[in-house]
Amino acid sequence: MLRMLKVVLCVLGLSLSTWASAQLSIEITQGVDNPTPVAIVPFAWRGVGAPSEDVARIVDNDLAHSGQFAPVNRRDMLSFPSRASELYFRDWRAISAEYIVIGEVRGGARIEVEYQLFDAIRQVKIASGVVSGVASETRMLGHQVADQIYEQLTGIPGAFATRLLYVSVNRNPNGKDFYRLTLADSDGRRPIVLLESRDPILSPAWSPDGSEVAYVSYETSRPAIYRQNLMTGNREQLTNFTGLNSSPAWSPDGSAMAMVLSKDGNPDLYLMDLATRELTRLTQHYAIDTEPTWMPDGRSLLFTSDRGGKPQIYRYELQTGRINRVTFEGAYNARARVAQDGRNVAMIHQSGGQYHIAVQDLVTDRVTVLTTTDLDESPTIAPNGSMVLYATKDGERSILRAVAVDGGVRFSLPAREGSVQEPAWSPYVNAQR
Amino acid sequence: MTVFARIGRAALVGAFVTVLAACGGSVKEDEAAAAEAAAQQQAAQEAARAEAARQQAARAREEAAAQAALADAATAAGTVFYFDFDSSELSREARAAIDAHIALMLSNRASARLEGHTDERGSRAYNQALGERRANAVRDYMVANGVPAYRLESISYGEENPVAYGSGESNWQQNRRVELK
Repeated sequence: MLRMLKVVLCVLGLSLSTWASAQLSIEITQGVDNPTPVAIVPFAWRGVGAPSEDVARIVDNDLAHSGQFAPVNRRDMLSFPSRASELYFRDWRAISAEYIVIGEVRGGARIEVEYQLFDAIRQVKIASGVVSGVASETRMLGHQVADQIYEQLTGIPGAFATRLLYVSVNRNPNGKDFYRLTLADSDGRRPIVLLESRDPILSPAWSPDGSEVAYVSYETSRPAIYRQNLMTGNREQLTNFTGLNSSPAWSPDGSAMAMVLSKDGNPDLYLMDLATRELTRLTQHYAIDTEPTWMPDGRSLLFTSDRGGKPQIYRYELQTGRINRVTFEGAYNARARVAQDGRNVAMIHQSGGQYHIAVQDLVTDRVTVLTTTDLDESPTIAPNGSMVLYATKDGERSILRAVAVDGGVRFSLPAREGSVQEPAWSPYVNAQR
Repeated sequence: MTVFARIGRAALVGAFVTVLAACGGSVKEDEAAAAEAAAQQQAAQEAARAEAARQQAARAREEAAAQAALADAATAAGTVFYFDFDSSELSREARAAIDAHIALMLSNRASARLEGHTDERGSRAYNQALGERRANAVRDYMVANGVPAYRLESISYGEENPVAYGSGESNWQQNRRVELK
């Protein structure tokens, strides 16, 4: 039986398939009441050859997408300084900018981006910095500058220098749908297809250091868990058990993979040691136990179980094997994802007959429903804990939307065509945090 | 020798020859009779074989007709069985349809693949497990009614590969299914 399966090697910097139809664009649907006006002046290019990216535009878009900033339009700028000596604050107070970012890009095969951040009202420099890398990663360097500026202005580390893993599905009215496991920058740009198949691809997951991904593929006509190295493109099939092989979740120290197998009679949680491939069974219950996700300290897992009748979130303590119920509000709670602070948990939460995304504070047990959309699923939290990205239904297809954990900012990321589902937000791209 | 003696001797020889001739004649008759009997026996055997072959052909035709009837019944019953929301219980209609397939599978050596599906509501991984429950429910019912387990494979696709892509009950109801292939 011919399986139309193609593995596209993802070598950093080489995009072998810029699938335009799967590219996501960001549309702000709700911002804060008074977004802060920031002027990001086009950076001067002091390098060899032609500049490959408009770095200031990347910073501009990132700050705008946060919903908290209103970048000044370039047409309104009275001057274009790139050095402090060229900066006249009256030019910027005149157009009501509160902050100014200037900078320059230099280099050739390897580039440096230097920026300076000024407070236009107090007329002082607040911060400056340099980021460097290979020219092909210029966009990511721009995102790193945006992260630093965002942190300077809000106190919260930015999460722009991150990537999104998701499954893109194109419907084929004459046969099997096309599935593409896709990797893009967090602004939706530079999509790369990691795996293409006529059979479903599900549950994409990141390794803790961001170097590998895991997923479930039906390419053998049965579901199996695979891991794939992003640098080398090497794939490895990890499981081949009868029944379900689903929901891979890397432990925070990268040594083990939690997963769901039903080979012993019904879906239960298992732990696979990645070095030895030894399997340890964690739960043993006739109910459905699924969707394990790790607490950041690696000492317990949250998971979905219908052992109480309908799906709710439970916690499994690895040391003791103790299981406790976590969610008590709402008839249906599933698919938990824990923020890096170990305190906020995003989940699918049924309320008013609709499936929303909610966040539960594990310390206070307070539940906040974040969305007004229905049929929401697959929440994933940004590594800075501030935004939740999820999938929801839009007509006959699935699109991605994002909402701030405090409910303030919302945006949607529709693809030009096809469905986008199961987003997974990467850890930070470099190990700075 | 006297004349009487000569006549007597001739008569005796004549009688002797006649007797001899008569004996020779009855052996030939026996042979003919035996040959006829053998021929009759052979004809009877051939007739019996032909009859047996006719009967066998008739039985084979009956079996083929029965097989075709089972296959038709199974086709008429359809290969898709539907479920209520959040449930893996087999309805009466589903059972009746599956019965037709059980009857067919008990009469042949075919294998079947049972593919479980759900509607889109709720999380994907939980729906994968729910789809498996549905496929297993069909499998277990078939096994309980005599189909050997090794001939059945059950797989779940969860909410993937829907039949209907919209929302609302008219779409969801078409997707909550197990397909027999």
